[in-house]
Amino acid sequence: MSTNNGKPKVGVYVCHCGTNIAHTVDVEQVRDWAAQALGAEGVVIARDYKFMCSSPGQELIEKDIKELGLERVVVAACSPHLHEMTFRNASKRAGLNPYLTELASIREQVSWVHTDKGLATEKAKAVVAGAVERVVKNEPLDEIKVPIHPATLVVGGGITGIQAALEIANAGYKVYLVEREPSIGGHMAQFDKTFPTLDCAACILTPRMFETGMHPNIELLTWSEVTQVAGYVGNFTVTIKKKPRYLKEELCTGCRICVEKCPKKVIDHVYEAGIGYRKAIYTSSAQAVPKFPVIDTANCNFFQKGTCKVCEKSCPTNAIDYEQKEQFLKVDVGNIILATGYDLFDARRVSNYGYGRLANVFTSIEFERMCNAAGPTSGKIVLRDGQTTPKTVGIIHCVGSRDRNYNNYCSSICCMQSLKFAHLVKERTGATVYDFYIDMRTPMKSYDEFYQRVLEEGTLFVRGKVAQVSDAARNAQEEGKLIIQVEDTLVGKQRRIPVDMVILSTGMQPRHDAKEVGKLFGIGCSSDGWFTEKHAKLDPVATMTEGVLIAGTAAGPKDIPASVAQGSAAAARVLNLIMRHEVTLEPIKAIIKQWQCSGCRICNGLCPFNAISFRAERRVSEINPALCQGCGTCVAACPAGAISGSGFSNDQILAQIDGLLMDVNPVSA
Amino acid sequence: MSEHFEPVIIGFTCNWCSYRAADLAGTARLKYAPNVRLVRLMCSGRLDPTFVMKALSDGADGVLITGCHPGECHYVEQNYKTLRRYLLLRRLLQGMGIAPERVKLVWASAAEGAKLANEINSFVEEVRALGPLGWPQKLAGNVKEVEVAA
Repeated sequence: MSTNNGKPKVGVYVCHCGTNIAHTVDVEQVRDWAAQALGAEGVVIARDYKFMCSSPGQELIEKDIKELGLERVVVAACSPHLHEMTFRNASKRAGLNPYLTELASIREQVSWVHTDKGLATEKAKAVVAGAVERVVKNEPLDEIKVPIHPATLVVGGGITGIQAALEIANAGYKVYLVEREPSIGGHMAQFDKTFPTLDCAACILTPRMFETGMHPNIELLTWSEVTQVAGYVGNFTVTIKKKPRYLKEELCTGCRICVEKCPKKVIDHVYEAGIGYRKAIYTSSAQAVPKFPVIDTANCNFFQKGTCKVCEKSCPTNAIDYEQKEQFLKVDVGNIILATGYDLFDARRVSNYGYGRLANVFTSIEFERMCNAAGPTSGKIVLRDGQTTPKTVGIIHCVGSRDRNYNNYCSSICCMQSLKFAHLVKERTGATVYDFYIDMRTPMKSYDEFYQRVLEEGTLFVRGKVAQVSDAARNAQEEGKLIIQVEDTLVGKQRRIPVDMVILSTGMQPRHDAKEVGKLFGIGCSSDGWFTEKHAKLDPVATMTEGVLIAGTAAGPKDIPASVAQGSAAAARVLNLIMRHEVTLEPIKAIIKQWQCSGCRICNGLCPFNAISFRAERRVSEINPALCQGCGTCVAACPAGAISGSGFSNDQILAQIDGLLMDVNPVSA
Repeated sequence: MSEHFEPVIIGFTCNWCSYRAADLAGTARLKYAPNVRLVRLMCSGRLDPTFVMKALSDGADGVLITGCHPGECHYVEQNYKTLRRYLLLRRLLQGMGIAPERVKLVWASAAEGAKLANEINSFVEEVRALGPLGWPQKLAGNVKEVEVAA
């Protein structure tokens, strides 16, 4: 071992970073000070170099490790988030455990934020002393490797989930696709046209839905929900509840005779957005995947009154099974992709726009269904009476979005959606269209061109936030109309515009149960309620929980192209792990020293990742290292000090504090 | 109290939010008082109250604890545990005759470099107004008295 005063031999390397550090910190002074003042702490060599991260800089360290037998390294340079890996790797190449190297951030925390060279140099010394004291207490750590189960769970069968599932399945790996509605397709299956190309949504989506349904590597679990998630990256065990459809899928041919014969008509609030009907036994649409209907027991005559059984009698293959019970399946997967989508903002909340009170105020999803040739009006744009074609239509942007009373964020799709509506109204009815916007946001490929096109088609744009939609006429011209009260901010005056129909471009909201779903999978939500990504810019589909990815609108408002891109991105991440067969985990973990644990269980409830379990037979708690994310909350909480946090141990942190305060503490100095 | 009292403050930061906010303040070349020396933890939930006592007893005049905003914790909800401990710690400090204002909890996301810089500046002034804590000196003094009495 070391003969260095009983302490491990430490090398200190102070970087100039060109002039980034040297401009405000006297690098040579820090170097000389470290060599002298920190000699008693174990420092045997201190050097400075123009760019420590350059190859010669790194070689300097490697050479010293080999020739001087350094046992610890401190590099005083930039933030560890930039070059910690660089210098850990340099140490590793020279045969030193990478976790025995520390970075002291004297650029981001000193030279860039301070101006007085004297004070900055003194602070740099304190930061270096803190790192030296800490590194002496560092222990060599080994990376943790765990195997990856090749199957994947995709939650949510909208376009994002479909895309992710197909990418993985086409690469040859098993996917379980769970959807809580009876059919996959999500919101996109409800739309008529998609901006900016005006492709028919069904034309581009249904082939994907069928491919998903038929794919040998995809196990479709619709009318199902995930109820439990156990395990960790590479090794999850997921419990899925299969709700009863009340028919035997293996016998059903999807002929839909039962649907035709069912005598009970029900307003369809899901697929038809409340403006159309379905039966008590139903599939969401004729193109539903899978083709099997489900019985809505709350509305079924047999389940409610005990008589009827028309579906059973009419079924040619005797597939109906009123006795069917819910089933629970357990599946093993290595990764999970959450593509759970969004809820529509409830337009009733903006009471001054009159939705739910004024008949001819429609929401965007109602209008989508109305435009759809397979929808309740067979694609005809008509007022609530079902027959009158509107002569004037007002479209209102940002309903529930960019509004402090509701949601602060921009829902990102509403401008383009409104422009699409304006075009469809023009094309199909020739009506006069007013479009009320706050700002026009059309930033993606071919979007602004579409805006230009709608402008040229003669839609009348009014810049201003609509104050009110009412039916209180003030003159003969307004009689029987809906009057839109708005401040036209380009003209600078109040206007009242009478129209026959109002379409509210309602925004997106996080799923009502996003918080609970997040908790189930061990991920968090932002203050708005969307799932939080690991890094908003550089890691948008990963989450803080390894092996759980997010994609599409579950992570925030997005249009179809962006959702599809994220579905593919999440799939690429999963395939990356599957093809490596194993994953390396950072060894920053909490460990319970069994001989010190009193079994008080205080730590048990503190872990949001369920990594801590109590071993009743031994009366001690235990931490599963693969589940532990290394936050250290349990370490700080253990009254017996039985939990140690590798990489951030009490010894390391207390020593760092000692070092940081070396200059002001006359006792320890 | 010295006229030009420069307080020394230890700041505990969360690896995911406030430490990155400090990085961002640096990248953006924001300027703040050089009185704060930062310790990186993986999470504010790692903050053992002992660390705060250690810093104060080692000569720090104040301790700044920073973490992710409520609801944005990198580890789902651990910052709430920090908040609980912080409130308890303040009561403990008061009981010990130390102004609880010497310890402050601040939320700063990775995007809030400017906020962190401002919080550091205002906390430095707050601690400056409280004057030096001088725990090690007082401790050394007490020990001497005891020795004389014995």
